[in-house]
Amino acid sequence: MDAIVTLLGDYTLRTVALGAILLGVTSGALGSFAVLRKQSLLGDTLSHAALPGIALGFLVAGGRSLSAVLAGALATGVLAALTMLLLVRRSRLKTDASLGVALSVYFAAGVVLLSFVQGRAGAGQAGLETFLFGQAAAILRSDLWIMAAVTALSVALVVAGWKELKAATFDPVFAASLGLPTAFLDAVMTAMIALAVVLGLQMVGVVLMSAMIVAPAVAARQWTERLGTMVVLASTFGAVGGVIGALISATGRGLATGPLIVLSLTVIVAVSLAFAPNRGLVAAAVRRARSGRALRARQVLATMDRLAREHGHPDYATEQGMLDTYFGTSTAGLLRDLEERGWVRRVEHRPEEGVHWALSEAGAVEASRVPTDAGRDAGRHAGRR
Amino acid sequence: MSVHEPDLAVHVEDLTVAYHAKPVLWDVDLDVPPGVMAAIVGPNGAGKSTLLKAILGLIRPTAGHVYLFGRPYAEQRHRVGYVPQRTSVDWDFPTTVADVVEMGLYGRLGWLRRPGRTERARALSALEQVGMSDYRDRQIAQLSGGQQQRTFLARALVQDADVYFLDEPMAGVDATSERAILEVLRELRDRGKTVVVVHHDLQTVRTTFDWMMLLNVRAVAQGPVEEVYTAQNLHATYGGQVALLEGAGLPGAPG
Repeated sequence: MDAIVTLLGDYTLRTVALGAILLGVTSGALGSFAVLRKQSLLGDTLSHAALPGIALGFLVAGGRSLSAVLAGALATGVLAALTMLLLVRRSRLKTDASLGVALSVYFAAGVVLLSFVQGRAGAGQAGLETFLFGQAAAILRSDLWIMAAVTALSVALVVAGWKELKAATFDPVFAASLGLPTAFLDAVMTAMIALAVVLGLQMVGVVLMSAMIVAPAVAARQWTERLGTMVVLASTFGAVGGVIGALISATGRGLATGPLIVLSLTVIVAVSLAFAPNRGLVAAAVRRARSGRALRARQVLATMDRLAREHGHPDYATEQGMLDTYFGTSTAGLLRDLEERGWVRRVEHRPEEGVHWALSEAGAVEASRVPTDAGRDAGRHAGRR
Repeated sequence: MSVHEPDLAVHVEDLTVAYHAKPVLWDVDLDVPPGVMAAIVGPNGAGKSTLLKAILGLIRPTAGHVYLFGRPYAEQRHRVGYVPQRTSVDWDFPTTVADVVEMGLYGRLGWLRRPGRTERARALSALEQVGMSDYRDRQIAQLSGGQQQRTFLARALVQDADVYFLDEPMAGVDATSERAILEVLRELRDRGKTVVVVHHDLQTVRTTFDWMMLLNVRAVAQGPVEEVYTAQNLHATYGGQVALLEGAGLPGAPG
């Protein structure tokens, strides 16, 4: 407890945590739209394309001036986005391939420029490679103001253009037929994501920044079926992941903040994928198991019905052992399910014989609804299990 | 802009559209009078959807122009309702049926204005028209194909347009939905609206529509269905595939 209080009093940590919150809110909100537009790779392309800009900014400014570096990053990021758009419009490449092409070309150019800069005398200490994985501790109070401004801008954009963005994301063709400026919305959205990426460079770096865009949105989508809730949740997840990553990195020396933020987000994503109601893997498995059990119970019902017919006796009591043999597995649980629904009832026979079951009237009606073929096939399937 | 052919709901002149230098539509003229239900019919790849998209300004044509009620499309956008193919969107989008229908009103709402009670009421009445009011709060991911299509139709209905363009509204749709959709379209026509439908099923053209265009990159024929629906025209449109159509009961079909 004391440790946490001490940590919260730490100036650097407070700065880093605040920055992580701002970055998480921005990238969560903007990322929701990017993910729903199937542009998850956009953040990846923009961040990798920032690398040549970082090196160029350094060359032009003749030193590690943050504003020059970030301006360069923004410039080449936007240039890469334009390259991507041009490829989509003018060639036969689809969006994903175009994003991939832009990403690799700009990143390769960035790596070449970076090694060139580092090869020059005196540039060894430039520390440009920190932009690859981020260096959160280098964030200054003054940087927070810029981050806050960009966060406010992106929140304002999402609020003001809410219905336009929603329509253009769900059905861009229809949105265009309404006269909404879809190309303009595209451009604004891309520019905002580029801005968010540039903001994230110091914190999480070029390589992992795309996780900030994609992870919160993917996690949020699992929990809700409303766009509004999704955007708010994604922002919250982004902020929470940021703070947790910052806190963990502060507990030990030499723990990189950016990767820890991304790992925290990954845990949130994993939990969401597994445990979210409805969309979660566990919920889906439970649903499957339930419907499988209900289906097998009906197969038992259909089998009992057939046996009753073969014996020409509607009240014919089937011995459980017979059903177990027929299905090759114990049917006790399934019979209890059927009993609960009032479709079969236990019949008292001589005590030395096994348990017997007979169809109730409702059960006979229900059995007649099971297609006979399904009943027969089903018997075989259940037997195989 | 001058008024041009004001007596026609849709007037398309010399429309040519090319993808990568290959013409998809070549020199197409189309005239649809107001108050009819018109079908645009043709084989796969004939450019039917492209024609709709070019009329709606969603694709830039290489040549040609489009007039609606005598004025260029851009001035008449507010009089147009559009139902795109339902497969053109990802239905696993986090929103509800009523919300999708309200989107039809986003164009006239203007920036910064949120849909309110009026918009919700209009959406609900459109959903009622297509027989979907029970589904208003349903997640769109849970809809069947026919329900998706009726949701899209409701979204166009709230646009309260004078001319409706529908792209394959009956494709992959259950019988109930098809009946509901046709009913709504007939109602629209009876109220004097113009309905233009890209349609794939020749069988139902004669029973359902009163105007038709046969399209295969070029406009093969157009006019009232009873005049256009001839073996000769169908053969000219579908070529060798015409054998498939003999069951369609062509007047004057060979053999």
